Amino acid sequence: MLARRVIPCLDVDKGRVVKGTKFLNLTDEGDPAELAERYAHEGADEIVFLDITAAHERRGTMLEVVRRTASRAFVPLTVGGGVRSVGEMRDVLRAGADKVSFNTAAVATPELLTACAARFGSQAVVCAVDARRLPGGEGEPARWEVVTHGGRRTTDLDAIEWSIRAVELGAGELLVTSMDRDGTRSGFDIELLAAIATRVRVPVIASGGAAGPDDFVIAVRDGKADAVLAASIFHRRMFSVSDVKAAMAAAGLPVRRIAEAIA
Amino acid sequence: MSPAVRVAVLDYGAANMVSITRALAAVGAEVSVAEDPTGMVGIDAIVVPGVGAAAPAMVHLRERGLVEPIRDWVGAGKPCLGICLGFQLLFDASDEGGAETLGLLEGRTVPLVDAPTLPHIGWNSVEVVRPHPLFEGVADGSYFYFVHSFVPAPADESLVIARTTHGRPFASAVARGSLYGLQFHPEKSAEAGLRMLSNFVGLVAAQTRAPAGVA
Repeated sequence: MLARRVIPCLDVDKGRVVKGTKFLNLTDEGDPAELAERYAHEGADEIVFLDITAAHERRGTMLEVVRRTASRAFVPLTVGGGVRSVGEMRDVLRAGADKVSFNTAAVATPELLTACAARFGSQAVVCAVDARRLPGGEGEPARWEVVTHGGRRTTDLDAIEWSIRAVELGAGELLVTSMDRDGTRSGFDIELLAAIATRVRVPVIASGGAAGPDDFVIAVRDGKADAVLAASIFHRRMFSVSDVKAAMAAAGLPVRRIAEAIA
Repeated sequence: MSPAVRVAVLDYGAANMVSITRALAAVGAEVSVAEDPTGMVGIDAIVVPGVGAAAPAMVHLRERGLVEPIRDWVGAGKPCLGICLGFQLLFDASDEGGAETLGLLEGRTVPLVDAPTLPHIGWNSVEVVRPHPLFEGVADGSYFYFVHSFVPAPADESLVIARTTHGRPFASAVARGSLYGLQFHPEKSAEAGLRMLSNFVGLVAAQTRAPAGVA
């Protein structure tokens, strides 16, 4: 049976992890490759790097980070942020990433999803859907709009319709982030997750709002998510990947447990 | 001390070469990348990696003159490991784009049917159906990382050493002599995957470093 995945996300700026993790015994707390390896040892099923480097400061640093990570962390690696063309995606995959996540670029140029899926397969194409709940009247069904540029810009896109369209265009996975919950540690937006996951056949990764292991359980059980992504609860060592997996396993969810925990 | 096992990973533009080459190196192999048949000289084993679609992959293999050398290599009983698409290419043909593939194993590659999600992406458990040294030290039911929408259906069921279920059960590992195929990605499957690659390198060593002249 397919395991439900637990995915730590690392924000990377100019080749360094920001909002860094407090691992013990690290030679370098800000090195993405070293942190990714530690998470992999803890049982992370996948690693996501979100490149937040400003466009004018990009000089291939992310490719070098990906290359070093793929050389030492033998789990799947997804890179999001800053990839805007088939050629740029090819470079990231060649450096050792398995998937590329598109957000703003996919909204601006939806055909990019199709072109990248045609070239590399839909399994390598993740569409990141950042959604913000719209105020609705009493008794009206909930609605969410797609936002871009890290939530700074709104679009006219309905998040559910855009999700369905992104899959039709070629996305093999959806990374659904609730911008209302992101960074609040108030739990995932389960209604949003379920609304999307029940309408697409591709895996849905839940993101935004994790406060503790129970939220991961709820995202999978009630939100129908295939995978759950979180940043701060792992980085701040509030919970480890194995804590989360223990809770998921206790709830009867299939997870990949590793034999030996890393102290 | 016997020299390291030399493994050439075939590069035909359809795989993440970094992960597989580094993972093999991590388990002690001396790894090279073969972009054409000259890269298959002076080595002990080949690995056929791959992600993507069968038809374009066969075009690239042909363009690089690798099709016949792979067939000759396997025909001579030398060690070969196919991974994911590289595993599927070992069979006769694929429904993915209607491609004729390498024809080293009988059977064809067909779409996953009744799959709850497609592509089949993620960690799934691998159930060993026939004990094999490739799985030595790997607990039965261990999770490995899969990324695919098609699966080979081996004509000879006795070659299947492990199965995985996504919708329906399918062959996730096969072996015939020193020809091995894995539907999952050992190079992306953390400790369990590295253990399998280590076992593969060990099998190659046993085969190619065996004391000679015992006849």
